[in-house]
Amino acid sequence: MMNGSTILFYTLAALTLTCGVLSIATRHIFRAAIYLLFSLIGIAGIYFWLSYEFIAAVQIVVYVGGIVVLIIFSIFLTHQAGEKLPKQQLNRGIWAMLAVFCGFALTMVQVLQHPFPSGDGLHPVTVRQIGEKMLSTTDGGYALPFEIISMLLLAAMVGCIVIALRSKPETT
Amino acid sequence: MEPGLYHILTVSIALFFIGVMGFLTRRNLITMLMSLELILNSVNLNFIAFNKYVWPGKMDGLFFTIFIIAIAAAEAAVAIAIIINLYRSNQSIDVTNAEDLKY
Repeated sequence: MMNGSTILFYTLAALTLTCGVLSIATRHIFRAAIYLLFSLIGIAGIYFWLSYEFIAAVQIVVYVGGIVVLIIFSIFLTHQAGEKLPKQQLNRGIWAMLAVFCGFALTMVQVLQHPFPSGDGLHPVTVRQIGEKMLSTTDGGYALPFEIISMLLLAAMVGCIVIALRSKPETT
Repeated sequence: MEPGLYHILTVSIALFFIGVMGFLTRRNLITMLMSLELILNSVNLNFIAFNKYVWPGKMDGLFFTIFIIAIAAAEAAVAIAIIINLYRSNQSIDVTNAEDLKY
């Protein structure tokens, strides 16, 4: 029997995978970015379906609002409008397809054979729990990775500025 | 059939190999970056699915996902800075044209 939740999951999975395939298959780079956007929205929908609302919100804010917009801006800076990507070599496509299919089959066989221990019931995670765990310095707390991530973001920011500053063509 | 852990793992594996396929066939740096985002998202989905269905009382998978999203944002920003700089010097972001270090 199909109830609403099941139909919703399959719809979201189909949206994610279809848009993912279109994103790597289309020859218009701008369309590829838009398909990537919908694929990421589908993944955020799956997070909502799994009742991880905080992760879904982070996914939408960071990926859809940040990374895809960044990618679209870089497409505007580096491509002419309406320009198509060059056709892919058939040879390379066939070998990549073969490798990907073998990897997919191998991983699926391994995963479906493995009996995972199933947890009990639902433990909804509140944002309060996430915040307390993230800043807790006790055993199992995530205060140190949190600080390291903040240093990493600072380093990435400084690195981007340094890379972008070298605009003068010195030795070309 | 009620979707469970195996369904989400199937979606995640399929998304991962879609990303690998894009990474292998594309020769444009921005589209390769997009494939990389798909791969990272499939890993995130995996962590969340395991957190929900295998260890529901803990939050480790959730924190791994948050940190992966943060690292992916930093990585995308640096990668796009490098790509735009490469475009400035080479007038192309095709990986087959970026061969200055080769000779």
